[in-house]
Amino acid sequence: MEPVYHQKRAFDPLRIWLLLPSWVVIGVFLLIPVGLMLLISFMTKEFRGGVIWEFSLAAYDQFLIDRGLFGDDPPTIEWTYIVIFLRSIVQATIATIFCLIIGFPTAYFIATREPQNRTFWIFLVTVPYWVNLLIRTVSLKFLIRDNGPINEFLLSFGLLSEPLGLINTNIAVQLGLFYSYLPFMVLPIYASVERFNFTYSEAAADLYADKWSTLRRIVLPNVVPGIAAGCILVFIPSLGAFIAPDLLGGAKNFMIGSLIEEQFKGNAGNWPFGAAASMILLTMVLIALLFYTRQQSKGEV
Amino acid sequence: MLKKILVVSAIVLTFGASSGFAQGKLSIYHWFEYIPQELLNKFSEETGIEVTMDTYDSNETLLANLKGGKLGSFDVAVPGDYMVSIMNSEGLLDEIQPGELSNMGNIQPQWMDVSFDPGRKYSIPYQWGSTSFSVSRDVFGGDIRTMGIIFDPPDELKGKINVLDSQGEVIAMASLYLGIPQCTSDRDQLQALDELLQGAKENWASFNSDGAKDVLVSGDAAVGMIWNGFGAKARAEGANIEYSYPREGLVVWMDNVVLLKDAPNRENALKFMDFLLEPENIAAVTNYARYSAGVEGVDVFLDADLKSQPESVPPADAPAGSFVEPCDEEVQVVYNQIWTRVKQ
Repeated sequence: MEPVYHQKRAFDPLRIWLLLPSWVVIGVFLLIPVGLMLLISFMTKEFRGGVIWEFSLAAYDQFLIDRGLFGDDPPTIEWTYIVIFLRSIVQATIATIFCLIIGFPTAYFIATREPQNRTFWIFLVTVPYWVNLLIRTVSLKFLIRDNGPINEFLLSFGLLSEPLGLINTNIAVQLGLFYSYLPFMVLPIYASVERFNFTYSEAAADLYADKWSTLRRIVLPNVVPGIAAGCILVFIPSLGAFIAPDLLGGAKNFMIGSLIEEQFKGNAGNWPFGAAASMILLTMVLIALLFYTRQQSKGEV
Repeated sequence: MLKKILVVSAIVLTFGASSGFAQGKLSIYHWFEYIPQELLNKFSEETGIEVTMDTYDSNETLLANLKGGKLGSFDVAVPGDYMVSIMNSEGLLDEIQPGELSNMGNIQPQWMDVSFDPGRKYSIPYQWGSTSFSVSRDVFGGDIRTMGIIFDPPDELKGKINVLDSQGEVIAMASLYLGIPQCTSDRDQLQALDELLQGAKENWASFNSDGAKDVLVSGDAAVGMIWNGFGAKARAEGANIEYSYPREGLVVWMDNVVLLKDAPNRENALKFMDFLLEPENIAAVTNYARYSAGVEGVDVFLDADLKSQPESVPPADAPAGSFVEPCDEEVQVVYNQIWTRVKQ
């Protein structure tokens, strides 16, 4: 039950005025654009980009139903876009797992240093991210390409007989996603590990818990919110990424982000379809988040 | 993509402004790496006009961004031939009134009455050239005068091919390879086009336009679909490559400076177009970009090696060039679907 005084305070005029700026910001930068996208996704496409303001389900039809190259075959399920979505989900999931595997120990390490040294370690984690994402991705491309330094090094020491062949593969895209979003995993976990009271671990040790049980039964349950926040912060931007697939994947295997980009900036020029793909992505993310918050609130009760 | 770095670093020239003679501004929407900075500086010095430039990497991106709300923020753009007629039919171009350009007479007669802009009412020539591919002679020694190198490559070239991320040119080339007309609405022919590209994609390493030169120079690609002058630059930067003039046909193009509708600085745009019709100035572009100009009297200003560069001098038996044709909606919808299937 909500405490009663909350409802009273909701009508406090001062409170309304103070909240107004946030409402305006949310309205202008979130609700209106998303509403516009939703609207456009149900409109008719104009030839070569643009929208005709007539209701149409063509965008969703194109997403779900395959009518062949010429549009008059008997309708079957359209796999093209489902495959693109699945590929994106798999890529984003793997990126999240790798970020967690590397990010958790890193964050734990930093949070258990002397307080005056932690800033330095955090500083080291964030330094590469002062540089623009695009530049970092291009640099990664130079590093891993067949004639790049990594391959030259491995070849010159005879560790390989031919280049790794990483560039323009899904593995390269994966590497790009992992590298792009790693700090989004480290920082929230660090914040929650830092707040963790380590006397609990000591107490556990006093009660003959080994290190593994201490970590699993005492530390982890306390830092789960940080881990969950980190996973969300890595998973969601990875899902919509288009710079990594473009540059590292050779623009050969669409991810959701590049599919949407192609509708607005590329050859296809199909705005309603781009909007529909965005709405489907948004819906998926929202459902995942709702599921997560429900789990969370259950845990609190 | 790289073009975004260029966009972010779009340089504001303030030569005139610093001496207190600011004559307004000029906003150019241009291809990446296509005009020497010195030439823009020269224009600013001569006129006192402050120049800003934004870049794109395909005709389709240019169209998409103008239709997406950028119309009204640029004065001039440089679309290719077929895109001039598309932009005109979309109402994105402003007409150049007779007499507004004093150097109109410098245009070579063969480029005056062109199919994509009869009578040159909306555009002036910028550069022209061909779209084909260059092959690394370190990797492949055989016959390269066939588009089979791209669409049905020999084993040693498989997986080492970069293709321009440009639907129009890739499909035009594939049509020439199959010997079918462009913009065909014949189902069997379209089906064949789809199958050809689906099969060929397996052997392609990447789609990249603004990196088309770099992948050849670095050796990441052994075959690169490329514009002739860009290929010449790759060779000049050390790639041991040869530009192909395929027997099946040659895609040719001409980029043109157009006056955009709702240009914020229409007068300055016209000054810039007149500036680019001066032989000395457009020759500077040719020397930089390694293509060919469409203006009389540029020869004396051109670098000596340009006249003999293999990328500009087709062999005697080279086929006639074909421009990319703008298709009607019915065919374009199928093309888009083929393209999505290729890139999925």
